[in-house]
Amino acid sequence: MTLTMKSFLRRAGQFSLIVVALFTLLGVGDEDARFQYLGHHMMCVCSCGQVLLECNHVGCQYSDRMRMELAAAIDRGDNDDLTLQSFVQKYGPTVVAAPSTSGFGRVAWIMPFAALLAGMAGLVWIVRAWRMRPPPAIADGIQPLRGPELERYREQADKETHL
Amino acid sequence: MSQLSINALPQIGSFALLLALALAGYSFLVGLFALILGGRESDYLGETARRAGIAAFGAIVLASVALVTAAFTNDFSIAYIFHHSNRDLPGPYKFAVLWSGQEGSLLFWSLLLATYGFVLRLRYKTDARLFSHASVVIAAVQVFFLLLLNFAAHPFAVLAGGNIPADGSGLNPLLQYPEMVIHPPMLYLGYVGFTVPFAFAFGALVMKYPGEKWIHITRRWTMVTWGFLTIGIFLGAHWAYSVLGWGGYWGWDPVENASLMPWLMGTAFLHSVMMQEKRGMLKTWNMWLVFGTFFLSILGTFLTRSGIISSVHAFAQSSIGTWFLVFLLMIFITFGVFYILNFRYLRSEHKLESMLSRESSFLFNNLLFVIACFTVLWGTFFPVISEWVQGNKVTVGAPFYNNVAVPIALILLLLTAIGPLLAWRRTSFESLKRNFMWPAAGALSIGALMMILGVRPWKDIAYFYSLMAAMLAALVTFTVVSEFVRGGQVIQRHTGFSLPGSMLHLYHRNTRRYGGYIVHFGVAVVIIGILGTPFNREAEKEMGFGDKMNIGPYTLVCQSYTQDDNPNYGNEWAIINVFKGNEQITTMYPERREYKASSQPQTLPRIHETWGEDLFLVRDLYLVYEGRNQDTGRPIIKAHLNPMVPWIWIGLVIMIFGTITCLVPNAEPIRATVPVRVETVPAVGAGD
Repeated sequence: MTLTMKSFLRRAGQFSLIVVALFTLLGVGDEDARFQYLGHHMMCVCSCGQVLLECNHVGCQYSDRMRMELAAAIDRGDNDDLTLQSFVQKYGPTVVAAPSTSGFGRVAWIMPFAALLAGMAGLVWIVRAWRMRPPPAIADGIQPLRGPELERYREQADKETHL
Repeated sequence: MSQLSINALPQIGSFALLLALALAGYSFLVGLFALILGGRESDYLGETARRAGIAAFGAIVLASVALVTAAFTNDFSIAYIFHHSNRDLPGPYKFAVLWSGQEGSLLFWSLLLATYGFVLRLRYKTDARLFSHASVVIAAVQVFFLLLLNFAAHPFAVLAGGNIPADGSGLNPLLQYPEMVIHPPMLYLGYVGFTVPFAFAFGALVMKYPGEKWIHITRRWTMVTWGFLTIGIFLGAHWAYSVLGWGGYWGWDPVENASLMPWLMGTAFLHSVMMQEKRGMLKTWNMWLVFGTFFLSILGTFLTRSGIISSVHAFAQSSIGTWFLVFLLMIFITFGVFYILNFRYLRSEHKLESMLSRESSFLFNNLLFVIACFTVLWGTFFPVISEWVQGNKVTVGAPFYNNVAVPIALILLLLTAIGPLLAWRRTSFESLKRNFMWPAAGALSIGALMMILGVRPWKDIAYFYSLMAAMLAALVTFTVVSEFVRGGQVIQRHTGFSLPGSMLHLYHRNTRRYGGYIVHFGVAVVIIGILGTPFNREAEKEMGFGDKMNIGPYTLVCQSYTQDDNPNYGNEWAIINVFKGNEQITTMYPERREYKASSQPQTLPRIHETWGEDLFLVRDLYLVYEGRNQDTGRPIIKAHLNPMVPWIWIGLVIMIFGTITCLVPNAEPIRATVPVRVETVPAVGAGD
């Protein structure tokens, strides 16, 4: 059975999505990768405003200790959520470098994509409204061109003027 | 200079600021009155308002000169000079004192606005009535800043108690870096400059200005302003990279975000305004975009100065946040009222004919820019919203933006590649396929090559983003090249020139279009620079004499440490020899300073660029002398190996070159050399 162009494109799209999902989800992290990941998802609380692993203040009262605590949590086998929770309990919610994906923090993550979807919907609506608009009036006696003839002229105009 | 003349500086400055306020107030009120009144008599009134605006520029220049002179003459009776300067501060930094603190930077803002206003008022004959409207809008903004300077953040306030200290507290060490003399003026030229297109747009809205002439008038203002803002943002990133010593260049700090938001909105405006120029469409949208860009510039200033958002960059918390809030409300209400009154004048003249057209690509491009801007705004304000809703602040840092903004940026990059291939009105699918095929094949090849060479997108989402960004940047590059080649081939057919000559002619003939493509190419190069981030490496070690540290293919060997002293600071630096294999490739000198006036330390990283050594083509070896371990007393050296970063700065240069190209007038088209058959025309006698 031969595929039509449309169904071919649809299947290609579905295949791409699966490949992307596999690439994204099948990652397996070692301990060093987890340390890097979690260390870059936490802030140093010395009010330098930097990510924990990027705090470069020698003699910082917090960053060295926090890094050791993080390494210890990973060695103990604590999972990511548990590790972050223990840091939140000890240093407060601002220690996490991004809002949580539960509770009100979820709103932070959803809003940009919700805005994007709303914008897309609005755009589609506007485009449809524009396309439904009646064409500009044509002077009496002029026959409008349509179909292949119009396309041919457009193609020719495009070729001659497209610089 | 005598003591008397030194003490006169606060008086001169204060008087100049009051005079400037009176003149700007006159320019605004009388200019407004003249516009309302209309008629020939009002032209004379309008002329006085214009001249008052020019005179206000003179007064603000005087105030600025007084403040800089106070810095150079060490007039520590002025509180601002005492807090931001000291006797041994080098000359260029004394000049930079003007924008290094709250009050001075507001004066600097006012000076730049007055300069823009001065140029605008001199060129009023282009369209006297439209320029009068724009002049009134600029005067209104000027009045706000002068009110602030005179009553809320006075740069010439003298120290309480009457005692003049022997020396000042000194300039923040982080600001004592050559780029800090350039970065803020560039950024401010960008922020302030967006007032001009807004003033023209608002003027056009108020007077229901027919046609698109206001867009032609403001096009160059907008391009120049956008260029300044771009330079300002990138210089800020380069300063962060070269001075802060954490090995990165963008931390998604609220103040960085404040500069990015008007840039995103301004970029959307620069694209969508083409639809209004060419097709008479998106008039309402453009009006709101230019308003949004101006509004976000002021909002950024509010963010920096109000203290509502925690930031390492923010100025001291003060009451001027309320002033800004009131001003933001006023401009929103004023603009909204005039929009409601006159929105019918902004109707589109044409309809969208096809989804596969340049118009629709601009629509999607604009949507993505605005959503990107919203995302940054949302992330910046979310800590405040969170505190308001649930009583505790949260941090919104790099992980949030990387996960939310990066996908949007990737789609934008895809549109940057596709957009130029689409014709106005409509494009056939066949035509798109024909033009898109080779660039797409090239981009896929780059992706495949990266995977063959070891990039594993399934290991980490950051690698996946990097691979996508590389492919899309390649797609943009190939599209730009194909556009040059296709256009060059058309010219070549008509003129018989060589292909490179034809491409050069093409470039001169439509500078705006091909300048825009160069900017796109610059963006692709910047993206290539950014996509190296997931491959960064770092190492840290206490290093005594002869100690070694390995990072990537390099071995760092500590040769020695040395110290120096000058009136401004004492410093200590490490001498590190860098080997690749057995070959010594360079010696680096990471430094640490201790500024005397402020007793603040500063690290000065050293960066060595390595070209053409491996897949990444170029990378930075970045060394920081972090100081000494408090327990052992041994020096600590931190090394970063950052692939691709230099491409970011190269991309900026390309973007600016493209922007300048867009500003150059088009060359005359050359005549075709194809012979044309000429028919004999009968002679016409005199008197016929």
